[in-house]
Order: sequence, then C-alpha cells, then structure tokens
Amino acid sequence: MRAPKDNAALSGSKPRLAVHKFSSCDGCQLAFLNAGEALIGLSELVEIVHFVEAGPMAAEAQVDIAFVEGSVATPEDIERIKRIRDNSKYLITIGACATAGGVQALRNLADGQAWINAVYASPQYIASLTTSTPIAAHVKVDLELWGCPVNTHQVLAAVRALLFGVAPVVSRDSLCMECKRAGNVCVLVAKGMPCMGPVTQTGCGALCPSFGRECYACYGPAENVNTSSLSRRFAGLGLMPEAIARRFLSVNAAAPAFVQAAKQARGKP
Amino acid sequence: MSEERRIAINVPALARVEGEGALEVLIEADRIVDLKLRIYEPPRLFEKLLEGRDYAEVPDLVARICGICPVAYQMSAVHALESILGIEPGPWVRSMRRVFYCGEWLESHSLHIHLLAAPDFLGFDSITAMAKIHPEEVRRGLRLQALGNELIKLCGARSVHPIGARVGGFHHAPAVEDVSALCVRLRAALPEAADLVRWTAGLDLPDEVQGFTSVALRHPAEYPMNEGRIVSDQGLDIDIAGFENRFKEHQVPHSTALHCLLDGKPYLVGPLARLNLNRDRLPDAVTALLTETGIRWPSANMFHSIVARAVEVYYALWEALRILENYRLPDSPGAISVMPMAGVGYGCTEAPRGLLWHRYALNDRGEIISARIVPPTSQNQARIEENLQQALLAVGLDQDQDKLRFHCEQVIRNYDPCISCATHFLDLQIQRR
Repeated sequence: MRAPKDNAALSGSKPRLAVHKFSSCDGCQLAFLNAGEALIGLSELVEIVHFVEAGPMAAEAQVDIAFVEGSVATPEDIERIKRIRDNSKYLITIGACATAGGVQALRNLADGQAWINAVYASPQYIASLTTSTPIAAHVKVDLELWGCPVNTHQVLAAVRALLFGVAPVVSRDSLCMECKRAGNVCVLVAKGMPCMGPVTQTGCGALCPSFGRECYACYGPAENVNTSSLSRRFAGLGLMPEAIARRFLSVNAAAPAFVQAAKQARGKP
Repeated sequence: MSEERRIAINVPALARVEGEGALEVLIEADRIVDLKLRIYEPPRLFEKLLEGRDYAEVPDLVARICGICPVAYQMSAVHALESILGIEPGPWVRSMRRVFYCGEWLESHSLHIHLLAAPDFLGFDSITAMAKIHPEEVRRGLRLQALGNELIKLCGARSVHPIGARVGGFHHAPAVEDVSALCVRLRAALPEAADLVRWTAGLDLPDEVQGFTSVALRHPAEYPMNEGRIVSDQGLDIDIAGFENRFKEHQVPHSTALHCLLDGKPYLVGPLARLNLNRDRLPDAVTALLTETGIRWPSANMFHSIVARAVEVYYALWEALRILENYRLPDSPGAISVMPMAGVGYGCTEAPRGLLWHRYALNDRGEIISARIVPPTSQNQARIEENLQQALLAVGLDQDQDKLRFHCEQVIRNYDPCISCATHFLDLQIQRR
C-alpha cells in the first residue's frame, strides 16, 4: 500500500472513516466496538461517518478510510462494493470473510445452489450468489488485514499509520516466528498435533499453541508457504487425505494457497 | 386521521443492531395493512458446511456464526456432541463453562445496553455522542464490557471466536494467579454493576404492557446457562430433545432467517424471559437489587429488557466470583481420548439473546451427517412483528412519522436482535395511503 503523501492527503483537518458490512458474523467490527476508551479516542481523531452497528449511517458518503468486513455473497453486494470503492481513498478489508471469502466460501467448492435448496423450503426467495468471494475479487483493495477475527491492535494501527502519513506495515511471517518468540513448546514437534502454524500468517499472538493446541489458520496463509511439506508431515502423523484437506479448508476457505493445498491433498492438482 | 395523509418513510438502515435487516410498515388511514421485519442478510449455510466435518472441528466452526455470542454457539455444540459420545466432562469443566458464559453475558449485555440501546432513551444517536454528556456512565459500561471480554479470554484466549473450548472441556486451565487477579477486578466491579441496574431502572422507559409468552431454560438449582428443561410461563415444561415437537420453524418470503413458533404462536426468548421465569434462582444480593428497582416482576413490558440485561450483568459478576474465588487447578482441563460413535444429540443453552438450540447427527467415524441450529433471533422474529403491531396502535397511528419510526426502532432494539446470527440490516419503510 502506498503511503499518503501527508495528512492533507486524508481530507482536511479531520479524516472521515466508514465501516461497511458484507456477509459476515460481525465479529471484526468488534475490533472497534470492543476497543473501550480507544473507540472514544478514535471518534476524536477521525469523523466516523458510517458504521451502522455503532449508529452513524451514511452508506454513500465520500470517505478517506473505508474498512470493509464480510464477503461478497449477493448480486447487490457486487454493486455496493464498487460504489464503496469509488467513494473511498483507502479501502481496507478486515478479516477472513473480506480477505479470503470466510468460512462461508466452503460452498464455492461444493454445489452452492444445492446447499441453499437444502436449508430453505422456498429457495426462490433467497437472493444469494452460489459463491462467497473476497472483496479483492471485485475491486482494488489497498490493504488486507487478515484474521478471524482481526483484533483492535490491527485496525487501530492501520488508522494510526494513515494519520501519520505512512504505509501500514503488516508482517506476513509464519506464525512459528511469533510462537517461538513467545517461548511456547512446539505442539507439532512435541505433541504431534497437526498445527497450521508453519503456513499461517502471524498476528494473533500465537494463541492456540500457548493454550497447548494446534493452530487452525485464522490469519490465512503466510508469505511463500510450503504447504506440500506440511501436508506430508500431517500424513506422517496419520491424517487421512480428506482430514488434511479440511485443515486447509476452514475459516479462510477461499485463500488460493489453501485451496490449492486442499486440492493437492485430495489428489486433484 | 385525514385520508389525504399519505406518507412514505424510507430510512436506509436501522442502526445499532447486529447484522442487517429492514422494517416495512404500510399504514392505510387508521390501520396497519402490512408489517414485515425483513431480514435479507445473505445466508451463510452453516448447517450444510458442517456436514462431513469431524465432531472435534465443530466448536471452532460454529463460533463463526456470531462474533458477539461465539461462546453460546460453542456451548450448545459441545453439549450436544458430548451427549452423543457419552462424555461426562466433570464438575471443573461444568463450572468453568459457566464462567466462560458469564463473560459472554457481561460483554454482550454491556455492549447492547451502552452502545446500542441506551442512546435511544437519552436522545443520542450513538455512544460517542452520549459519551460527551454522560462520560461516567459510558466509561462504566465500557469497563464492564472489557471485564466480560477478560473473563472470556481467561478461558478462551480471545473474546471473539475464543480458541479454548473443545468437546470434552477446555484446551487449557487458567493459572491460579490469573484467576486471583481477575477476582479482584470482578469484586471491584460489583458496585458499578449495581449502579448500572439502578441507572437502567431510572431511565424514562415507555410504559407499554403486552401479553406474550416467555420461554427459557430452567435448572433445578441455578439461574440457567448451559443446562435445564425448556419451560414457559404458559405451562410448557419439556426436555430439550422434545424441542422439535412443539417449536416449528417456517420460511417467510421476507426473511432469510426462518421464523420459529411455539405451538403456532409467537413467543419471547432472552434476558426478560429468563428473568421472568427464573427469579427464584438468583442469589440474595441480586434479588435485593431486583426488588429495589421498584419494577413488578414478572414484567410484561418489553422495555424492561434493558433492566433485565443489567440485572444479568450484576448476576454474571456474582456467579463468576462464586466459582473463581474457589478455583483450583484441575488434573486435566477436560475429558480426553474419545471413541467416535454414531448417534443424534441435542444441545440447548442460554445465549445472551436467549435459547440457542442445536441438533447434530454423527456417523460412526465421528463425522457430522446433519446439523440443525435454531438461534434466538429467529425465535424472536415473530414476537418482534407482533410487538410492533401492538406498539404502533398503542402509540397511535396518527402520530407523526418520525415518532412512529423512532418508536419502531426502539421496540426492535429491545430484543437486541442479532441478525448476523439469525442469518442479517434494518431498513425501515413506512408507507401510508
């Protein structure tokens, strides 16, 4: 993401911010709503013009920073995200749904219409696409914040960086780096758990290994991942091909590196 | 009202609810011709995406149904799955699950009271506007919300989509020193929560009494969270496995969330219903404060929901303290080494917004064959529509459009609808002919 030239690149004295929601669980918006005093502080630094769950509503307003939660799941969503892009200087996706289709993107690999038909007696009333896709599949995204959910630190750091006129920095190291620094015992090596840490982006604080369990890849793929090697290791631990595929197909179900790894595990390159 | 009067109100979205829905009201002269709570958030089809997954993956997946009440989804799921697998997690897990749930009630209720509901009663459109005039009340609310998040983190490492829960118990037992440190904060928050109850009871709440059926879990000894029978104030008293015999979901064209009815009629779930049915399960300190509010319980005024929520905030602090002040490290934080087993199991727990019912069928490899999830907001949808009908007539259809619209929004917010859960944006349209 290119840095704004200076604060003036964000409009006037008080930059304008919007939080938009698409198909999601609302959990990433809680990165703001759970921020406590920092939320009140944020409202003094920027003008929050659109954030339906918090109150302010101006869906079509011109803003400096637009945060987008959720995946594109209806025909109307496709039009709405284009308008948001046109109205926003910086568009930042927050979370697994907006960045990688979310857990609901599991239907992309199945027969999406059959799923809808199975849940609803009258599927003709349901205006839903048969796929769930990330925002970047439809418009240019300036910054992607991964995580299921993203945390307060990630969203506020992005706003802070933009206010200071610098490009936000997102580490794409693997979780193992963070986990080692935290001093955790490796659950893959020591306990033989099918940990996704080696292929998962850092950022959560290595929570799962610190609780003695395997990472399940909430923060999506790290940079330059070796998924085949990890899959072989999982097979060595006794996981069947389908179980290996399911390790990759979870909350970031449309992340290309993970979809590819799952196909490979299932023997369908 | 003059027949000349034709007004169309079109507000693009109802603010301060979780998820996306719309309200459409059509008023012709002196009657409501049509009223629909329209929920159009796209479905995410969880019941299908669970099929074929291993039972152990379910708690992490169902948490994603709702960012505000992930603990509830995890709890209903683990109870259902444990009943199939024959797992008895034991008293330590049972108690710590209550602590985990106390955290979610505290977080979700504090968020709803302060960020979503209270601005209505005090004439603000958001918490940030309210914070300028009522800074102390807002700070108190944010502190209680933060404390709820801390309780969830104690058991789950993070408050949204916590990672600590599993079938059989937890992945990790909190350290004694972390528990002690949190107990100090919980005890210090008791007077703040008591003040919160008094503050909500002192708000200028509309006096609108309606007839409705309250439905909640009931436990022989405890205020209900994870276990109990499903009861109503109209004599219903059934095992959770019998839910489908009495409660039926059906699809309506204007909603992607299925409507659920009890014996064909709307009913209420959530904090007010729980309190109406379970006051005798509260500890003395909470009962004393409940009496002090001067409200006659059980209450048939839906606007008392905000008070009920505050009472449950106060209760959650006491309950978490009761458990954590006697905390001991367990030998193991949960039951282990489970043999997969085929079968059908049910889980029903009290999410912050009410009854959350799950049913799973497993095959002998421990994979999900089918799943059915009935969230609280889908159960409250028909009651919300019924409430709106009655509320509009009580306020008077000849009132000006802004007043009617605002009142409708207030009515809806009483239910703390979690539309993302139920499947989804409130966009209010009142048309008059």
